[in-house]
Amino acid sequence: MPQRIFRTVGITKVYQTGEVKVFALAGVDLELFEGEMTVLLGPSGSGKSTLLNILGGLDHVTDGHVWFRETELTTLSDRGLTRYRRDHVGFVFQFYNLVPSLTARENVQLVTDVSPDPMPATEALTLVGLGNRMDHFPAEMSGGEQQRVAIARAIAKRPEVLLCDEPTGALDSKTGVQVLEVLRDINERLGTTTVIITHNADIRRMAHRVVQFQDGKISEVSINKTRLDPAEIVW
Amino acid sequence: MQALDIKLLRDFKRLWKQALAIALVLACGVAILLMGLGMYTALSDTRATYYERNRFADVFVTIQRAPQRLAAELAAIEGVWAVETRTAGNTVLDVPGSLVSVTGRILSLPPDTVPRLNVPILKTGRLPNPTATDEVMVNANFAIANGFELGDVFYANLNGRKRKLTITGTAQSPEFIYTIGPGALMPDNATFGIIWMPEPAVAAAFDMTGAFNDVALKLTANAREAEVIDAVDTLLEPYGSLGAYGRALHSSDGFIDAEIKQLRNMASVLPPIFFGISAFLVSMVMGRIITLERSQIGLFKAIGYSDVEICLHYLMLAALIAIVGIAIGWGVGAWMARVLAVEYARYFDFPFLIFRTSPWVYAASGMAALLTTTLGAAQAAIRAARLAPAIAMQPPAPPQFKRSILDRAMSVLRLSQPTVMILRSVIRWPLRSGLTMLGLALAVATIVTPYSFNYVLNKMIDSAFYDANRQDAILIMAQDVPLSVLSAAADLPAVLQTEGQQVHPVILRSGVREKRTALQASPPDTDLTRIIDIDGGHITVPPGGVVLAERLATQLNVGVGDRVEAQLLGGRRETHTLTVTGLVAQYIGLGAYIDLDYINGLLRQSPQISMVNVSLDVADINALHADLKDIPALVGIVMMTDARRAFSDTIEQNIGVMNLVYITIALLITIGVTYNGARIQLSERSRELASLRILGFTRAEVSYILIGETMLLSLLAQPLGWWIGAQISIAMTNSFSSDLYSMPAVLPPALFARASFVVLLASLASVLLVRRRLDKQNLVSAMKIRE
Repeated sequence: MPQRIFRTVGITKVYQTGEVKVFALAGVDLELFEGEMTVLLGPSGSGKSTLLNILGGLDHVTDGHVWFRETELTTLSDRGLTRYRRDHVGFVFQFYNLVPSLTARENVQLVTDVSPDPMPATEALTLVGLGNRMDHFPAEMSGGEQQRVAIARAIAKRPEVLLCDEPTGALDSKTGVQVLEVLRDINERLGTTTVIITHNADIRRMAHRVVQFQDGKISEVSINKTRLDPAEIVW
Repeated sequence: MQALDIKLLRDFKRLWKQALAIALVLACGVAILLMGLGMYTALSDTRATYYERNRFADVFVTIQRAPQRLAAELAAIEGVWAVETRTAGNTVLDVPGSLVSVTGRILSLPPDTVPRLNVPILKTGRLPNPTATDEVMVNANFAIANGFELGDVFYANLNGRKRKLTITGTAQSPEFIYTIGPGALMPDNATFGIIWMPEPAVAAAFDMTGAFNDVALKLTANAREAEVIDAVDTLLEPYGSLGAYGRALHSSDGFIDAEIKQLRNMASVLPPIFFGISAFLVSMVMGRIITLERSQIGLFKAIGYSDVEICLHYLMLAALIAIVGIAIGWGVGAWMARVLAVEYARYFDFPFLIFRTSPWVYAASGMAALLTTTLGAAQAAIRAARLAPAIAMQPPAPPQFKRSILDRAMSVLRLSQPTVMILRSVIRWPLRSGLTMLGLALAVATIVTPYSFNYVLNKMIDSAFYDANRQDAILIMAQDVPLSVLSAAADLPAVLQTEGQQVHPVILRSGVREKRTALQASPPDTDLTRIIDIDGGHITVPPGGVVLAERLATQLNVGVGDRVEAQLLGGRRETHTLTVTGLVAQYIGLGAYIDLDYINGLLRQSPQISMVNVSLDVADINALHADLKDIPALVGIVMMTDARRAFSDTIEQNIGVMNLVYITIALLITIGVTYNGARIQLSERSRELASLRILGFTRAEVSYILIGETMLLSLLAQPLGWWIGAQISIAMTNSFSSDLYSMPAVLPPALFARASFVVLLASLASVLLVRRRLDKQNLVSAMKIRE
C-alpha cells in the first residue's frame, strides 16, 4: 500500500468579488498517494486549479485542512509555505512561465540555486530531451520545447510532488504528446507523485487515478486498471 | 552567478535607455552635492588654514591718528592676544606704460621684522630694506597684471610729492584674498594694488611718525569679540576712530564667506530636488516592470523564492540605476569642482588650495543617491514581494475606470474616442499624472528661477550704475577741499562736466538703535549722481533735513518728521540732530542723503567737497590719465565706465555659463520624465494601440494617443512650473535681501515663454523618440502578448 502524501478535509475556497461570493471549492475531501499519477478533470471554474494551488502552497483555504505527509499546510505561515514549495513541490504551468531573459539552462538554475538537493540543470534538461538546446532563450524555442524546459525546471529540485496545470493546454497534439511522455517518464523513473489538470478527457487514461470536478466539488473518483501510453492518446 | 542575478543584469541591459535617463537626473544631484560640498570644504579648509598660518586678525579699526603708546593699552584689553599697529593710506600711482590711473593701498611694515598679524607670504624677491625710503613689496597679482619684474619702478603721490618706488618683492596676504579697490565693483589687479613699505618711509609720507592710523587685533580663543570691540572703541574714540569691526565686516573675508555660504546652500537645496525626481522616475519604471513581470514573480514564489529574495531582486535593479548615476555624478562632480577651483583662483588670491574631496563627501553623495533610488523602488518591490503567488500567476484584472463628472463633460463636448482615452488615462492615475506634471514643472522652474536673476541683476545694475550714478569717473580727494577744485577739475583734459560731493562716515542713532553708514551730501539738481527710487523717480533732498533709504529708516525705526542723531566720524567729529524729511526705496545700500549747503552750514565751514564726479570725452582720456597721475591731492580714481563694463561682462559671462548648466539640467529632467513616462504608456497600451491599428486607425491617429497624453501633461505642467519658479525666485530674492540689498523679483512674460519653449520642445522630442517604436510594432505579435 503506497503512503499517503496529501490529505484534504472539507476544504472550501470562497472568492468575494463585490457583493458576489463565488465558491471555487465547496468542501473537498481527497487523498493522494506517493508515486501516483492523478489527473484532475473538469470544466472551467470547477475548482481544479484552485485545489492545485492550495496543494502547492500557492493559495490559502477559506476553511478546512490540508496535510502534506504529517505537515498541516493550512497552519503554515507564508514563510513556512515558501519553505514547503522550495523543498518539496515542482510546478508546470499552461503558459510555461519561463523567464524570457534567461536561457533554458538558466531558467532551470533558478530552481537549482535555491533547492537543498537539486540535480544539475544539464541533467534535468537531458531528462526532458533538451540536452542540445540548453543555451537557447525561450523566444528561440517551440511551445513544446518551452514546456519541456518548464518541466525540467520543475523536476530539477527532485520534488516529491509535481503539480501540472494544463501542461498541454497551449500545445498542438504532437508536442502535447511529447510533453505527456516526459511527464510519464518522470513519474515512472523518479517516482514523483504527479498531479495533472486537464480539459482533455483522453489524457485521463494515462493516469492511475482520475478525479472529476463539478462546481467546486469532487463528483467522481475512478481508477484506471490499464493505463494508456501517451502516444496512443487522441487529441 | 545565480540565475536571478543573470536575469537582473539582462533586464538592466534591456532597460538601459530608461535607466540612463534616470541615472542622468540622479547624476545631476550627485554632481552638485559633490561639487558643492567638495568646494565648500575646500574653500573653508583653505581659508581656515591660511588664516591660522598667517595669523589673520579678528578685529580691525581705522583711526585718524593715534599715538604709538596706545599700542600697549590696546594689548592690555582683556581678550586681546596680539596687536599690530600700522599706517595705511590710499594714493594714486603712476605706472610706467600704463595708460589708466592706478590706485595703491600703502601699508607700513614694522621697522625690524615682519608683521605679527596678517602676515604676508613672500612670493618672490625680498622684503624692502627697513631703512630704505624707495623700496616696496607689492601683491603678486598686481605685479603679474602690470607685468612688473623685481627691480621695476613705479611712482606714487606721497605727501604731495611724486616718489619713485622700486619693487623688491611680491607677496600674498590673508587680508587681501579678495582685493577690491575703493569704489570699485569688482577686483581688478591692474588698477588696484597693495604696497608694503617700511614704516619710517610710510610714516614720513603720511605724517604719522610716532603714530598709527590702522590697527589689527588677534583675540584669544575664549575672548568675546563684542566686548573687545567696545573696549577698543572707547580707547580710540578720542583719536578719530571710525569704529572697530570684526571679520564679519571685513570686505575680503565677507566675499569669501558669502561664496562659502552660497556653496553650502547650493549643496543643500538643489540635490534633494534631483533625488526626488529620480525616486519618482524609479518608482514609475519599477511599478511598470513589476506589472509586466507579474507572472514571473508568481513563478519565483511557486519555485520557493522568499518575499525578501524577490524584494531584493527588484531593489537591486534600482540600485544598478543608482550606481550608474553615482558613477556619472562623481565623474562630472569632480570635473565641475576642478573647473570651479580654477574659477575661484581668478577671483580669490589663495597661496594654496586645499582641495581634497574627502571620501566622506563621495560616500555621502553616493549614499544619498542610493537611498533615494531604493526608496523610490521600495513601494514597487514590496508590492512584488507581497503578491500572492496564486493571484500573480493570473492575468491582472483590467484597471477600473469609473464614470465621473468629467465623462459627462466629455460626452457633451463630443470628444473623439482617442481624446477620451487620453483624458481617462490621466484621470485614472491621478498620482502618476500629478507627479509627472510636478517633475516637468520643476524642469520649467529650473529655467525660470536662474533666468529671473538675470533680469533682477540687470534691473539693479541699471538702477544703481546707470540711472543713479551716471558719472564716467570719480576723483577721490585726500581730504575735504574747497569748491574751487571743481573749476580746476573742469580744466583737466577730457572733462566735460564736474559735480562735487561730500561723503561722511556717520553713525545714525534713534533711541537705542544705531547704524553705521555714509552720509552723502550733494548740491540740489545734480545730473551725474542722482537719488533714484525703485520706480525710477528722481528724488531731490530738501535743505534742512536728511533723506533716508527705507531699509535704513526701518532699521532705525524712524519715519518722516522724526529726528535722528548723526555722529560724524570724520573731520570735526561733531554730532548733529537731523530731521528726516523723506524716505526713498532703493535696491542697494543704506543711503542717507543731505543737501551740501545745509551740511556745510551745520559744520560752519566754507563750501567743501571730498570727491568730484566727472563726465568725460573718451577721445582725450589718455591725456586725462597722464594728468591725474600728477595731482597730489588725489587718493583714488574710479573709472566708472570701465568698472560698469567689466562688471557687466563678468556677470554676463557667468550668467551665460550658469544658464547653460541650468538648461542642461532642465533638459535632463524633462527627458527623464517624458521618455520614461511615454515608454511606460507604450508598454501599457501596446495591445490597445495594436487593436486600434487592426480596427483601421492610422499610425498618426494611434500616435496621437501616445503623444497626446504626454504633451497634455507637459502643457498642464507649464503654469505650475511658472508658479513654482516665480515662488522660488521671490523666496530667493527675499533671502538674498540683507542690510545692504533689497532684491526685486523681476518676472517678465518672456522669462516664462523661454522656459516653456525649452521644456515643451524637449518633451516632444522625447515622446517622438518613443513613438518610433510604434512604427516597428508587429500587430500580430502585439495581440498575442499575454498580460
